[in-house]
Amino acid sequence: MEDALLLVLQLLGATIRVATPLVLAAFAGLYCERAGVVDIGLEGKMLAGAFFAAAAASATGNPWLGLLAAIAAGVALALVHGFACVTHHGNQVVSGMAINILVAGLAPSLAYAWFQQGGQTPQLPSSARLPSVELPGGEALSGVPVLGAVWRELIDGTNILIWVTLALVAATHWVLYRSRFGLRLRAVGENPAAVETAGISVTRLRYQALIVTGVLTGMAGAYLSTGHGAGFVRDMTAGKGYLALAALIFGKWRPGPALFACLLFAFTDAVQVRLQGVPLPGIGVIPVQFIQAIPYLLTVLLLAGFVGKAIAPKASGIPYVKER
Amino acid sequence: MRSSGSGWGQPGAVPGWVGYALLPILNLAVAFALSGLVILVIGENPVDVLALMLSEALGYPEAIGYTLYYATDYIFTGLAVAIAFHCGLFNIGGEGQAYLGGLGAGLVALALTGWPWPVVALLAILASALFGAAWAFVPAWLQARRGSHIVITTIMFNFIAASLMTWLLVDVLIRPGSQSPETREFDPGLWLPSMERALGWVGVTIPASPLNLSFLWALACCVLFQIFLRHTRWGYELRTVGRNERAAVYAGISPSRNIVIAMLLSGALAGFVGVNEILGVQHRIILNFTGGVGFVGIAVALMGRNHPVGIVLAALLFGVLAQGGGQVSFEYPTINRELVMVIQGLVILFAGAMENLFKQPIEALFRRRATPAADSGRG
Repeated sequence: MEDALLLVLQLLGATIRVATPLVLAAFAGLYCERAGVVDIGLEGKMLAGAFFAAAAASATGNPWLGLLAAIAAGVALALVHGFACVTHHGNQVVSGMAINILVAGLAPSLAYAWFQQGGQTPQLPSSARLPSVELPGGEALSGVPVLGAVWRELIDGTNILIWVTLALVAATHWVLYRSRFGLRLRAVGENPAAVETAGISVTRLRYQALIVTGVLTGMAGAYLSTGHGAGFVRDMTAGKGYLALAALIFGKWRPGPALFACLLFAFTDAVQVRLQGVPLPGIGVIPVQFIQAIPYLLTVLLLAGFVGKAIAPKASGIPYVKER
Repeated sequence: MRSSGSGWGQPGAVPGWVGYALLPILNLAVAFALSGLVILVIGENPVDVLALMLSEALGYPEAIGYTLYYATDYIFTGLAVAIAFHCGLFNIGGEGQAYLGGLGAGLVALALTGWPWPVVALLAILASALFGAAWAFVPAWLQARRGSHIVITTIMFNFIAASLMTWLLVDVLIRPGSQSPETREFDPGLWLPSMERALGWVGVTIPASPLNLSFLWALACCVLFQIFLRHTRWGYELRTVGRNERAAVYAGISPSRNIVIAMLLSGALAGFVGVNEILGVQHRIILNFTGGVGFVGIAVALMGRNHPVGIVLAALLFGVLAQGGGQVSFEYPTINRELVMVIQGLVILFAGAMENLFKQPIEALFRRRATPAADSGRG
């Protein structure tokens, strides 16, 4: 009984840790896609965030400067995306893909040149990593049957970015559905001409959305390399940006369902790690490669629309050309 | 406002070469200038690096052979992306389709030991097309029937292909007693002849390089591509769906049917990478032989304006980058192969996403020069 509880709690803990960068990236995508800009460059922005966070933290020893560098990198790339797609009406998928390829080359190239460790950054000491939040009360609760374990495994010692992410989820819901900015954001994704008619600049709104996207993807990257991990390694996002995008589509571009989709992917991943090398009754040991492919297979199955059709914001992917 | 010539009733004011030559060259120049900046940040002299890159890719016959060998892959994937584009689809799954194509070609070669090479080559071409098309079929069907986002599903199929191939090579097809995940070498009698050998038959001597007969097949595919797209009913239907799905429906053309056809052809074309790599060069199935060719195909198709001639030219450019970049990383200790990806990314960004960057100022310049009278008359 005690073991089963521990297993469940460990699975949930792993789920939350894996879900954090996914949630940040998916919510990053939420802002710009609700504003009508498709961004498959989440992956690249995350990778850039991961690299610059680790590089700055390694150079200065300060994780907060790392976080700042990651956010700056994310915003810079988001602005490039905006310059190509909003200002020059370029193809949004092409621009996103270009950013992914650019960063996949740039991050290891710079790491190779700056740190001479074969495309990685040096291992970060714990003082240069984003801290975990130690909460009081662990002592007092340790004797309590279930609550003590929950407190120990799930809540105490959680990375600070996880708490920030939690706050951002709530904030995003409020911004999107309760604030004037959110109303305009949703409007510009559905009918930019109407927004323009109301005297609000479509270009300005879309850039604002993209800046939020850049900030959030930068944070997601910083979490990967300085929160969860201890340094940048080549290709460390490993498709998380695409999974986040899939979660966003599966969540029908709404915060709550997108959050749920991210948690589902993360849970699959947590289970996947546990399943490796474990014989299953009646099947035997499943080759590790198949287990690793589960999140991707799940994505395809979910996108196959077996859970209802996903309808994108109406103007998403279409450059807005102002009438003259 | 959108089309170049028809603004204000002045057809042909902007010459055609501005669109397909001047603007791409300008965009390329910016991409290379920024690449130079990255090389500067790394701490090397960009002019030296780019000059070495060029001379190592085009400077001597052996280097040209390598460049053309890389270009062969890029022609296949460029055509693959282009045919999907013509149907309004974005196939990012070239990578996985090429990987599976290699599996098809390899399995044929493993099974037919002792057969004459032309028969094996023919069957391998068929098998790689079949495997590549099969890998494209599921995303295509899901897009056509369920409206699943093909960009995401094809990306996911790249990851799934990587898992599948790793499993096959580690657990199933591995040469017994071997440590590295690869199959046994094919019987040398059925390797696809290298260009050096093939030209030797007609008395021409060229230095040895990985360039092989699949280069000719790539050029043939370019011709077939154009004939299919421009001179057959199927090609017309496919383009109609890509241009305007609703118009296609009214014309009695089924969009979902054409989406599937376009993706099957796209997957087959990407699969031919396997013929070049597996049957022509590696002579066994190995891990990760694709190395990003599917993604380069996107850049090639964009730069080549989805036209075979443009695709061949763009494939040559990226062949130069791949070959030259590889050699540069040997010469400079601070530069590694990934620098090529930086240049590729910048080229895609400027030649693809920012293709309109100079369009308005340049076209305005040409219009002013062409019709000064009309302009002054209107003002």
